[in-house]
Formats: sequence, C-alpha cells, structure tokens
Amino acid sequence: MTTALSITKNIHDWLFSTMPEGVASIVEMTLIALVYLGIFSVAGLFLVLMERRVAAWFQLRIGPNRVGFQGLLQTMADALKLLSKELTGTVKADKFLYNLAPYFVIISSLMALAVIPFTKDFHAFDINIGIFFLIAISSIGVIGILLGGWSSNNKFALIGAMRSGVQTISYELSIGLSLLTMVLITETLQLSEIVEVQKNGWLIVQGHIPAIIAFMIFMIAGTAETNRAPFDMAEAESELGAGFHTEYSGMKFAYFFLAEFINMFIIAAIAATVFFGGWLSPFGITESIPLLGVFWFLAKTLTLVFLMMWFRWTFPRLRVDQLLTLEWKYLLPINLVNIVIMAAVVWLNLTINF
Amino acid sequence: MERVIFYILAVIMIVFAIASVTSRKMLRSVIYLLFVLCGIAGVYFLIDYNFLAAIQLTVYAGGIIVLIIFSVLLVHQIEMKLEMAKTSKQILTGLACVIGLGVFLTTIYSHDFPVVENSLTTTTSAIGTKLLSYEAGGFILPFELVSVLLLAAMVGAIIIAKGGKLTDRNDQTI
Repeated sequence: MTTALSITKNIHDWLFSTMPEGVASIVEMTLIALVYLGIFSVAGLFLVLMERRVAAWFQLRIGPNRVGFQGLLQTMADALKLLSKELTGTVKADKFLYNLAPYFVIISSLMALAVIPFTKDFHAFDINIGIFFLIAISSIGVIGILLGGWSSNNKFALIGAMRSGVQTISYELSIGLSLLTMVLITETLQLSEIVEVQKNGWLIVQGHIPAIIAFMIFMIAGTAETNRAPFDMAEAESELGAGFHTEYSGMKFAYFFLAEFINMFIIAAIAATVFFGGWLSPFGITESIPLLGVFWFLAKTLTLVFLMMWFRWTFPRLRVDQLLTLEWKYLLPINLVNIVIMAAVVWLNLTINF
Repeated sequence: MERVIFYILAVIMIVFAIASVTSRKMLRSVIYLLFVLCGIAGVYFLIDYNFLAAIQLTVYAGGIIVLIIFSVLLVHQIEMKLEMAKTSKQILTGLACVIGLGVFLTTIYSHDFPVVENSLTTTTSAIGTKLLSYEAGGFILPFELVSVLLLAAMVGAIIIAKGGKLTDRNDQTI
C-alpha cells in the first residue's frame, strides 16, 4: 500500500514512533479514510448549496440565504433533517439489494476521490495507472444505480435505471478515449506525473487544437456520465418521478444525491488535472508557496463545476435516441479521428512548449 | 499485514462464490459474482499488478456484470425464484464438482511455486512494448489475431442485430 500524505508527515512519524508498525499503518489508513469522508460530505453539501445559488442566479432569484452567512449552513441543516427522517421501503422490494445499492454509488465515488491530487503532497493514493483506475472505478458506480432501480420494484425506477445504464455505458467510451488522447502527450497514466508534465504549459495549450476538441468531448461525456441535465434522462422529473431513486427516502436518498454531486466534482477535477494543470498556478506565479496548490486546484475545479451548472440551465433535455445518436454517431468518430490527429501532432513534435 | 489481507480476500471470495451458486434469486447471485470478481481485483492490487487489477474492474465488474444485470433486468421479475434441481441432478453435479476440485488441487500441490523476493511493479509502457514487439518473446501475433477475432465478432453481432434485409415496400403494387 503506497499511501503518501507528506503534508501530515509529522503525524505519520509520530504514529510510527509510538506504535508497532502494523497498528500504526492501520491507524493511518483509518485517519486518511476519515479525512476523505469529511471532504466527501463537506464538498457534497457545499456543491448542493452552490447548485442552488447558481440556479437562483440564472433564474433571477436570490436562492437560500437565511441559514448562516449567505445561506452557507442551509445544506447542513438539510442534511440534519434528512438524517432524522424515516427510511421507508416498498413491501415487495428485494430488501438486501435495495439497501446495498446506495453504497455502491458512494464507495465508487469515494475511491475515485482518493486518486485525485489536491496538491503536490495532498494525494492519498498515487497509483501508477491513475487515470485508468478512475475510468475503471467510474464503471462500477452504474451497478448501484441499476440495482437501486430494479430492487425498488417500481416501474418508474426500473425505466430510470435502464436509461441511466445505457447512457453511462455509452458515454464511458468517450470519457476513456478523450483522456487517452491526452495520455499521448503525457506518456504516463500517473496523475502526479501528468501534473509534472504540465510545468511546461498546461496540456490544453501544449496539445492546442486536438486537446481543445478532447476537452469539449470530455465535458459533454462527463455531464452525461453524471446524469445531469441536459442528459438527465435517468431522473426526468416530468416523466419518471425521481427516476431510479423514487423509492428511496431519508439518508439513503441523500447518499444518491451526494454521490451525484461528488461525481460532478470528480469529473471537473479530472478535467482540471488533465487539461488545466491541476494544482499548478498559471505561469508558476505562486510556485514558492506549495500550499496554494489547493487553492488553484479548487479554483479550476469549481470553475468547471460552474460550467456544468451553466449547461444544466441552458440546454433543454435530450431524447433517448438523440442521446445515443450524439454519442455513437458524432462523439465516437470525432474522438477516434482526434486520437490519430493527436498522435500525428506528438509524432511531428508540433506541441507548444514554453 | 499482506498475509492477513490475502486471507481476508480469500475468505470473501470463497464465501461469495458459494453464495453465488446457491442463491435462488437471480440478481443476488449476480451481485455475489461481482464481489468475487472484485476480490480477484483485490488480489491483483495486493501483488502490485495494478494494470491487470484495473482491467479486471473495467472488463469484468464494469462490463460483463453490467451486461448480465441488463439481461436479468429484461427477463426477470422481482418475485421470481429459480427452481431447485432434482435430487439425481444434485448428486451428479456434486460428484462432478468434487472430481474437478480434486484435479485442480492435485495439479496445484504437485508444483512447487518459487517465491519471488523483490516484488516488481509492472508498468503500462512495459506491457505495451511487449504486446507490440515482434522479437523473441513478443506478443504481436496473438495481439493481432485477437483484434481480428474481435472485429469479426463485432461485424457478426451487427449483422445478427440488423436481421434480414428490409423489403422495400415502395415497389409493391397493390
């Protein structure tokens, strides 16, 4: 296990000096897990608040601004309310699978969160196949949605789950291929090294035209993968109730809800890391202060999250056939051609390096 | 530490493998199978073969299991249970399983596996170079063969899915 969190090097040394090695490593893993759970819930709740404020702004409303400063505690209060709510279920549902489904979604997004570099030292699991691991993990989350939809024993939930499955499986291809395009430049899958490569210019500048195409495809496919509008066929309110989580209530519903927002954060974070240099500051202006890496990373990620929210309130929802046509007839061929173009660019040394 | 994790994974895999074949609810046994496959991916992670672990997760957990779930979703109703087999069939299957297990165990125990001292992390670039090298020990021929096979499978699937040629009704005279 290669857990490297040298921002907490002191804690690490102290743990290993006071305890036997086995116990210390278990304690350390538990601590890291708790920290990431904290990040997970706080980031999820903050993103819900951000979504509501942004939505209000687009609709010329004010949005939640009563609880705490500018409504900052509104979603905390909502979470407390959800915690105290009753957990209902349908009579003929498959109870075991019904209760298991939210955890699939939550665990897969937590695992994806672990490999994302927040800054140089704040990186829990720097695995040598980073990007590939992210793609692999994101394909597991859909199992939770399918299970939840099926085991609720509800027609709306089942239709929602099927739509979501079709959509996620199709758009996963585009996500993988557009990231592969960028891997041609970086020549590595490890996320920390991908950030290192970008010290000579962010990849979207280095790869110029094919990189911009890959970025656009990634954002479209990422929006579809997280089941957000305009691709929210899975939970189209006007036709399916709430889609695959119609039957869920209380905290189990909140799990699905939080995981959806965290998935949006993860897609934005991958885009920020791969295309916009992750925690690197623009032109290296704050290179001497490594702690500011978190600030730059979050600034880039939240900008991209804002972009995804902007999509949501701008475009009308697609039909299922339009959705599949977009993926299989447009995005996939463009993507394949784009990979060839990128290979030529890298081969002929046409990348822009500062 | 690693030994403990290995035994935990092994127990998880065995328990869920048995649960998967004994469960009478179809989707549940699919999920138990998923846990077994995730356990195998865990073993790969344990021996630092990250690439294979990720392949295991994408192809088996993310691909094949999702396809199986899809087909179950299409044909299966939530209250249905699988039938119990006849007693004679149960005995036959049990015998076949015991014989298979015996062959398997004798093969494993008749070999002695050398323990590798320094664990080596296989990089993706090494795998790629090996797959495309045509020198001794390279895998270019099987790689190309498999890609041709996959292409043939894809073309076949499309032809089956499309069915016979649709008749052009515009030419028909009433």
